[in-house]
Amino acid sequence: MDLPATRHSVLAAVRSDDAAVRRGGFESLVAVYWKPVYKYLRVKWRLSSDEAADATQEFFARAIEKHFFDGYDSTKARFRTFLRVCLDRFVTNERKAAGRLKRGGRETIVSLDFETAEGELRRHEAAVAPDVEDYFHHEWVRSLLALAVDDVRAEYEHAGKAAHFKVFERYDLDDLDDVHRSSGAAPTYASIASELGLSVFDVTNYLAAARRAFRRRLLERLRAICGGSAEFEAEARQLLRGGLR
Amino acid sequence: MTWLSNAAIERLRDVADWPAPVGDRYEILEPLARGGMGTVYKARDRELDRLVALKVLSAIALDDEEAASRLQQEARVLASLEHPGIVPVHDVGVLDDGRLFYVMKLVLGPRLDEHAAERPLAERLRLFTRICEPVAFAHARGVVHRDLKPENVMVGPFGEVLVLDWGVALLTASASREAAHVVGTRAYMAPEQSRGESVDARADVYALGGILHFLLAGAPPDAAPLSGPRALQAICRKARAPAPDDRYRDVLALSADADRFLAGAPVEASPENAIERAVRFARKHRAAIVIITAYIVLRAVIAWLAP
Repeated sequence: MDLPATRHSVLAAVRSDDAAVRRGGFESLVAVYWKPVYKYLRVKWRLSSDEAADATQEFFARAIEKHFFDGYDSTKARFRTFLRVCLDRFVTNERKAAGRLKRGGRETIVSLDFETAEGELRRHEAAVAPDVEDYFHHEWVRSLLALAVDDVRAEYEHAGKAAHFKVFERYDLDDLDDVHRSSGAAPTYASIASELGLSVFDVTNYLAAARRAFRRRLLERLRAICGGSAEFEAEARQLLRGGLR
Repeated sequence: MTWLSNAAIERLRDVADWPAPVGDRYEILEPLARGGMGTVYKARDRELDRLVALKVLSAIALDDEEAASRLQQEARVLASLEHPGIVPVHDVGVLDDGRLFYVMKLVLGPRLDEHAAERPLAERLRLFTRICEPVAFAHARGVVHRDLKPENVMVGPFGEVLVLDWGVALLTASASREAAHVVGTRAYMAPEQSRGESVDARADVYALGGILHFLLAGAPPDAAPLSGPRALQAICRKARAPAPDDRYRDVLALSADADRFLAGAPVEASPENAIERAVRFARKHRAAIVIITAYIVLRAVIAWLAP
């Protein structure tokens, strides 16, 4: 069995009566969503970097206080769509109430590295999808995949298998697109084997194992932030396309 | 958090579901299609040096025992049905990551829904009767397909047809056990199947009626009204009768009626009145009628001109 048998739903946790469980759930939810939220505020609502950082903190803090997500019904929409609608409503209400979004004055709920997010935004500005909904989705995918990669890295470091992750990183995580890959610019099994002092056989085995670990971690993360098995399956099918584009 | 470029994101989405190596025998080449429970890949069988199709259970379904048992059943059903209209299975196994797979003959060609448009009516009907053959063969061996639709039929370069996707096929012996589980595609699904009741071969007769509707109207039954010659419409309606007892008794009877239409004979689904019979007779024997009429006219003219 590749997936863990038990996995607590983050969405159940954020609706828990137990404040500690709720806070833990929110931290997991924020980990996936804060970057898409920040970037979406910058791109769709044209907030400055400081305004977007404050609004991101304020949005999640308000969501905890006001139980924004209690009304989520998984039969009506995917959670990421629901959250984006909540975010749009939040910004609209804030603007109506104060003429502009309030700045600061709120204790940060989690420490978020907005400078990095801003740097990423500049890095892929040219590739921003014209449709803001698509953009939010794409950034959500980026965030989810990046967290799963971090999980795999931590898992292998903990197990003393750094070479497994290094092979995965060198072969699958570079920024070469398909055109450059097919033109021979991509690393080969042999080149990675030579670089890391491994046999080609080890490289292919390590890569297959790391991809499996990545898939397990990714699906585990995804399952936790979905409202039910139907939403999970639909999101997973869209996310893992097995080479079919 | 790790920074992932757009290229890395695209790659990770591709490779995360990519099948783990299958020993040394099969080399996965490229994905061909994706279904409800698995993906079909083009692969090379190194041992026999030939291209094959490899269907792998989706990673998402790894903890779904029902999906795994369906894939297994599909392989078994296919292996038990040796017919030119059904893709043969060569091998089954489990990937290193625990996913089930089976290997089948690689067949490439358009699906019926892509192929049928713009074809003459007679050619579409001949395709239809060819689709009926493997389905009737499966029924004779106690297998009901349960998800017949144009998308599950592939047309080969010589007009041969292959009925695909036997993933929800049912052995009629186990029909009552499976009855409560509604599977299939709504537009082509028999009413009793939609209601979760037990089904038999007549559910496939209904679905074939839907395929005939598609071939006549160019769209599924729920998307366009039935069109085409009246006798063919009658065949379609009889195949798609809401009550199983009102349908053709089996696929061979349905196919035979379509054959009758092609041969210019009266169809069982639509009893003719005297005028229709006369019109059909005239159409069928057009050449003879023209010759006889010409002969009679000629004789009359000769008789009139004679002194």
